[in-house]
Amino acid sequence: MNIIRRILLVAGALSLFLVAFAILVFTIPPRSRSEAPGPAGRHVISVSAQKFSFTPAVITLKKGEEVTLQLTSEDVTHGFLAKSLKIGEQIQPGRTTELTIKPEVTGTFRTSCDRYCGPGHSDMHLTIIVNE
Amino acid sequence: MTAPLDRRSFLKIAGMSLGMGTLYEIAPFHGARGEARELASQLGKANGEQVTPFSVVQISDSHVGFKGAPAPLGTRAFERAVEMINQLPRQPDLVLFTGDLIDDSEYSDVNKQHIKLFQKIARDLKVGKIQYVPGEHDAALDGGTLFREAFGETHYSFDHRGVHFIALDNVSRGRPEVGPTQIAWLKQDLSRFPRTAPIVVFTHRPLFDLKPEWEWFTLDGDEVMTVLEPYQNVTVLYGHIHTEHVRETVHARHYAARALIFAFPDPAKDGEKKPLPFDKQQPFKNLGIRQVDVRGENIPLGVTDVALTRREFAGINGIQQILKPIVV
Repeated sequence: MNIIRRILLVAGALSLFLVAFAILVFTIPPRSRSEAPGPAGRHVISVSAQKFSFTPAVITLKKGEEVTLQLTSEDVTHGFLAKSLKIGEQIQPGRTTELTIKPEVTGTFRTSCDRYCGPGHSDMHLTIIVNE
Repeated sequence: MTAPLDRRSFLKIAGMSLGMGTLYEIAPFHGARGEARELASQLGKANGEQVTPFSVVQISDSHVGFKGAPAPLGTRAFERAVEMINQLPRQPDLVLFTGDLIDDSEYSDVNKQHIKLFQKIARDLKVGKIQYVPGEHDAALDGGTLFREAFGETHYSFDHRGVHFIALDNVSRGRPEVGPTQIAWLKQDLSRFPRTAPIVVFTHRPLFDLKPEWEWFTLDGDEVMTVLEPYQNVTVLYGHIHTEHVRETVHARHYAARALIFAFPDPAKDGEKKPLPFDKQQPFKNLGIRQVDVRGENIPLGVTDVALTRREFAGINGIQQILKPIVV
């Protein structure tokens, strides 16, 4: 009797877990999924673009350390350009754009949206700080 | 003894003269002004039409509809520029608008109102020929639809008194770029001209990397300049940066015009890209128009920035302005 009760309890718990897992998998928006940690040792930073800002507005990297930026847009297509870091991507809404960089010089670099997105466009930039 | 003046050195002199003065300044070095004239005459024949004197005024970045602290006078500087041009002792043949005619909103109806106000002010110009290229505020959100309805094509070319003018659109694709279709058109457009033809390109953004972190560049500007590189007398007039600037590249000089709204800082200095604050003692400080003189066989172009400077200030209605030429 105890064994049957235990089996039922385990089965119930398992069912609950599966239901909860399914809800998580099928209801979380793609952007949130893209923020999940990458493979072990991989440094991932999520950056969200919207009129007329990037979130976060400042990111800090280490010189020589590879990092993957996962770029998403909340509204329209935005650009993500830093010529001095040889970065140039277009961020389309509804998908995650991945960009892997390995900065080789220290300094402060300004990344700007290079696709005109409206009257506040020229204020839309993100600062990348590269430290030793 | 007269120094020899070959075709190559004449062209070099002419190229150096762009914007700096006249060939008169250079001829005494060679003592060969007659030879220079003879060469200019030959070049005129090669170009199909000899350059005859005329002047052009460039207006840029009027941003009609802009409201904000750095420019509390709104369209006043633009209106004043129109008055100044109409009062020039020698009327220009052409006025070239190099973009950002209006300040845009996300609403098409508002943009149409701004265009109407722009046209109302520009209509007072007495100049016979006015040509436009769009800035990103005019054409980047809708791909140039409203601009075309109001002002015509976003890129085109025409000839005027021996000078070939090319309007280049580096904004309406949404990004700061000219695009492969327009570059192919440019190659085709230039193919009928000899290498010596005087060419004026007018566009909105700089065609070189002036300050990319401030978006002061054109992604495919190098490709455009490669197409232009074989031509020995190229002048590029542009706007966008709201301050005057001169850059020389192979066979070309690039001139940025002042704006008619607010000024941006000198790109050579470090710091943020923020409009210079409004100075009510000098409300039109750092704003202005540009006069380009084409002086015939002795010089391709001379360039003068004309500042909108203040003489008296007693409220918006009492502003008296004077012309203050600044030779670049």
